[in-house]
Amino acid sequence: MKKALFLALTVTVGLSLSACGEYSQVASYKPGNYQGKSDTRPWEGGQFAGNKQAWEAALNSRNQTQNEYKRTH
Amino acid sequence: MARMKFLCDAERCIECNGCVTACKNEHELPWGVNRRRVVTINDGVPGEKSISVSCMHCSDAPCMAVCPTDCFYKTEEGVVLHNKDACIGCGYCFFACPFGAPQFPNGPAAFGTRGKMDKCTFCAGGPEENGSKAEYEKYGSNRISEGKLPACAEMCATKALLAGDAPVISDIFRDRALRRGKAGDAAWGWTTAYGKPEQAAPVAKEGAK
Repeated sequence: MKKALFLALTVTVGLSLSACGEYSQVASYKPGNYQGKSDTRPWEGGQFAGNKQAWEAALNSRNQTQNEYKRTH
Repeated sequence: MARMKFLCDAERCIECNGCVTACKNEHELPWGVNRRRVVTINDGVPGEKSISVSCMHCSDAPCMAVCPTDCFYKTEEGVVLHNKDACIGCGYCFFACPFGAPQFPNGPAAFGTRGKMDKCTFCAGGPEENGSKAEYEKYGSNRISEGKLPACAEMCATKALLAGDAPVISDIFRDRALRRGKAGDAAWGWTTAYGKPEQAAPVAKEGAK
C-alpha cells in the first residue's frame, strides 16, 4: 500500500514538474523582408526620365544652397 | 549618392515652427498627424534650446525590426519608407521609435481603429508611381523625385534644419560650428546641450599684436 502511494506521489510530482523546464526568454530576432509593391527610384520617370546623373546634380545643387557661407562669399 | 539625413542645429533653431507648417502644407496632412514637430528644452528659461524632430531615417531602424507585416523598406538613398497597403495600424512602430515619428490619423484609439501609420517620408513618397495621385493621397508629395530636398529644410529661415546627403550636410554643419569661434568639443554644442555654460578660451587672432 505504502509502496503504491509512494509510486503514485512520485509520478504525480514528476508529471506536475515536467512543464517547468528552463527555456530562453529572449526572442530570436529575424529581420523581416519587405514583400510589398516595389517603389520606383527617384530618377525614374518624371522630369529626369532615368537620368540619374542629372538627378544627383540637381539634388547636390540644392544641398549646397543650404550653406549660406557659400552663397554670400 | 550617400545616405539622406536630417541634421538640426540647436544653436540656430528659433522655434518658429516653419518646418512643421511647411510639412503639413506640402503633404496636406490631416488634423492630428504631425510628421514633424519642434521640441524645446527648458522652455521659457533664458538659454532655452529647440530642435526640430521627425523620422530620422535610422540606419538600423527599430520600426522596421518590429513591424509584424514587414511593411517598411529602405530606399537606395537610405530613406525609410513604408507601404500603407500592408500596414495594419498595430502601433508597434510607434512604441519602438525613439523619436515618436509614427503618427496615426485616429489618434490613440484601440487596435484596428487607429488607421494606417503615417510618418515623414523625407518627401520621397512611397511605393506608388512617382508623382502620381495615388502616391500623393497616401504618402504626400514626392519632392525628391523632382530633384528637390524636403520642404521642411528648404523652408527653414535660419537654416537650422539641414537635409540631404549626410557627408554634405555634416560638412556644412562642421564649417558653421568652427566659425562660431568656440574651440574643441564646445564647437559642436555638446557642452551647450549636456553641460553647464562655459566660456571658451579666446582664440588669438592671426597677426594681432
